[in-house]
Amino acid sequence: MSNFSTHQTAWCPGCGNFQILDSLKTALEELGKDPYEVLMVAGIGQAAKLPQYISANFFCGLHGRSLPAAVAAKMANEKLTVIVDTGDGDSYGEGGNHFIHNIRRNVDITHFVHDNQIYGLTKGQASPTSMEGMVTDVQVNGNANTPLNPVLLAIACGAGFVARAFSGRKEHLVSVMKEAIEYKGYAIVDILQPCVSFNKLNTFAYYNQRVYELGEGYDPYNKIAAMEKSMEFGEKIPIGILYKEDKADYHQKNPVLKAGVPLIDIERSPDVLKNIMQDFF
Amino acid sequence: MAAVLQKFLKDSGLYVFTTRDFMSRVRGGHNFTLIRFGAEQVLSHSDILDGIIAFDEDSLVLHSKSLKPDGFILCDSQWKDKDQRIIPLDLLGIAKELGNARTIGSIATGVILKLFDLEPVHIEDTLRKYIKKQYLEENRNALLRGYGLVGKRYSLPAGEPGERIIISGNQALAFGAIAGGIRFYSAYPMSPSTTILEYLSSKATEADIVVEQAEDEIAAINMAIGAAFAGAPAMTGTSGGGFCLKVEALGLSGMAEIPLVVADIQRPGPATGLPTRTEQSDLKFVISASHGEFPRLVIALRSHRDAFYQTARAFYLARKYQIPVIILSDQYLADSYASIEPYELDGVQPAQELEAVVEEGTYLRYRITEDGISPLLVPGKTKNFVTSDSDEHDERGWITESAEVRNQMMEKRLRKLIKLKEELQEPEFVGEDTYETLFLGWGSTYGPITEAVNRLNRETSGKYAALLFGDIYPLPEKLLKEKAPRAKRIINIEQNATGQLAELIREKTGIVCDDSLLKYDGRQMSSDEIISYTRKGVKL
Ligand SMILES: Cc1ncc(C[n+]2csc(CCOP(=O)(O)OP(=O)(O)O)c2C)c(N)n1
Ligand code: SF4
Ligand SMILES: [Mg+2]
Repeated sequence: MSNFSTHQTAWCPGCGNFQILDSLKTALEELGKDPYEVLMVAGIGQAAKLPQYISANFFCGLHGRSLPAAVAAKMANEKLTVIVDTGDGDSYGEGGNHFIHNIRRNVDITHFVHDNQIYGLTKGQASPTSMEGMVTDVQVNGNANTPLNPVLLAIACGAGFVARAFSGRKEHLVSVMKEAIEYKGYAIVDILQPCVSFNKLNTFAYYNQRVYELGEGYDPYNKIAAMEKSMEFGEKIPIGILYKEDKADYHQKNPVLKAGVPLIDIERSPDVLKNIMQDFF
Repeated sequence: MAAVLQKFLKDSGLYVFTTRDFMSRVRGGHNFTLIRFGAEQVLSHSDILDGIIAFDEDSLVLHSKSLKPDGFILCDSQWKDKDQRIIPLDLLGIAKELGNARTIGSIATGVILKLFDLEPVHIEDTLRKYIKKQYLEENRNALLRGYGLVGKRYSLPAGEPGERIIISGNQALAFGAIAGGIRFYSAYPMSPSTTILEYLSSKATEADIVVEQAEDEIAAINMAIGAAFAGAPAMTGTSGGGFCLKVEALGLSGMAEIPLVVADIQRPGPATGLPTRTEQSDLKFVISASHGEFPRLVIALRSHRDAFYQTARAFYLARKYQIPVIILSDQYLADSYASIEPYELDGVQPAQELEAVVEEGTYLRYRITEDGISPLLVPGKTKNFVTSDSDEHDERGWITESAEVRNQMMEKRLRKLIKLKEELQEPEFVGEDTYETLFLGWGSTYGPITEAVNRLNRETSGKYAALLFGDIYPLPEKLLKEKAPRAKRIINIEQNATGQLAELIREKTGIVCDDSLLKYDGRQMSSDEIISYTRKGVKL
């Protein structure tokens, strides 16, 4: 039995979340991670239930607020492998502000977005990535808003690792996940995930026909080319690591953390209080 | 200049209390500092002035009506005809002569020290603390020059000897957090809480704290919760408007049982209100903020001593009960400085002392226990999984919708209150047991009310007393129930418009106040105002 064995899930049969969970367990095992040092973080939604189904530490917080909690946990204890698994609504809608600013913060965590282009848990309203024209019980005349392009936005905001994947291509997904987890800094993978119950537009077949893997010839270090590639979302959808850049992460720049000792393990000098009080005399 | 002067005063053995009054703008407007000092402990400001140092005409015009008839005004000699109390000195001319117009403050400092017959001690040390090296020499000269310009005018009783510290309310709060073991602070700038963020940033390396300016208050509190979950004692600070944004996550701390300290440095609301002024109007808000029901503790800071000790205690209690603890301060306390006895550092219990010991493989994060407190472990430190959930959950931390488990968990969380209530601190009783009038107050009105009670008792042979609340929610009821029935008249004194403490007391104990003195113009009430109200029954 796997180290990261599964508990019973509350997902619909046929949902793309199963493959994402399965791929994540494989990725963590292949990387030789100790489950006790893995922290899964999520907000609220169908995707956000994933941490409940994997043997690891988990923090299931508020809708939209997974990133602040995740980056702070990493700041507190850098020995934890911190992975956020949560939905597109959670990440880009309710949590949009945190998404932008945590790219800038560049804390060494991994963010897997289950992008089903819909609000699943609340039974099928448009999400920030829903296609224009999509009809739902709320968007009765079709979604009038332009869909957000999360990978383009991430690159524009300065993310150092931006990838797209598809839940239906397990082997590829596992390899992208492994690279994302290994990346030192904030890594985002937007994972296309069919929602069989509420998204009748972006189905398994829809994605399966369109996705193609970025080949050997693709250079993920070229920012302009990466931005151009990220805009391809139509008849063809590229999957793989769109953009990569080596840059200093939060811990390397923080004066307290840069020595490499987890914050919670740093012994504070016993004289600190006495010394500080001296300032006030 | 105020910082330098208050340090000289303190070092001469006097007690000092300094408040700052500024407008919500970066430059200009009328800003002033009020320094009060004396041989006995000074607990608050006063509206009656002995002297005015005016660097502009506005200060002269605005404050001269509060000046005693025999008071003095120190200002530039060009305004000397405006008021006969002016000591005509060509301050600006002298400063220019000394080579820098900005030394005018040091000249005035010298003048003040001389007027009060105080020897300037440790001049170099003091100036070095506040003035850049290249300006030290000229400011020293300016100070001595000022000292020689006038004769002595007042003679104060000698101050009590003894080394004291001088500290602002927000510094004391932040220092208390360090003593309580803070390792993580996240905040979004908002007056009057920003100086906590600044102070902790300045101490981050020395005290090993990660200080993070968040993108908004929602991020700030969720970060603090994430850090605390991972084992770092954490605090987030803000003012009322920011607290509004933190409310959902406050409930997360309650539900997921993650220790958290939240500081609300109140200012007048609603909405943006009066950003740089003071009020105590968030009490009823913070005691019920967030949907659902969960245990919390609210501590109001009464003084610069409280700010240190109670913030440290907040960390300890947050960790012990795995609850959010809210610290209520306000602009008056936050921005005012007081000279007080140094803090006793040895008695402070840091939050880290409470690590649970759990046998491997048996861990249940939310184990149902008699006192409601479940063992809290740090993830990654043992071969146990640490879980946390904002959904209702079972003992393992897994989502559940079972009615039975829901009831058990709700009751477990609320049960923590039983033990917590046993260690609540009763309000401080000031005054004489022969009281007929009992004042009720909370937080930073502690100083003005205490002073008013003491002064009134000198005139009336002990007819006044007050109960001043620090721990305020859950409301400690013991002393209140003992003292209230013996009063002829109970008056709540609060810095808000609706009498929130009186309402809380009535709700919890049935005790009704006969009268209330309420102030909500953004300016702290003084003991003078309380006395005048008590005598005449009218507000000043
Ligand atoms: C503050 C708040 N607002 C709204 C909700 C209701 N809500 C829960 S999940 C969700 C959207 C879920 O969509 P997504 O993040 O894409 O996850 P999915 O279910 O599709 O996996 C919403 C609106 C909530 N729980 N909290
Ligand atoms: S509602 Fe959609 S996303 Fe949620 S489990 Fe069902 S198929 Fe998956
Ligand atoms: Mg979704």
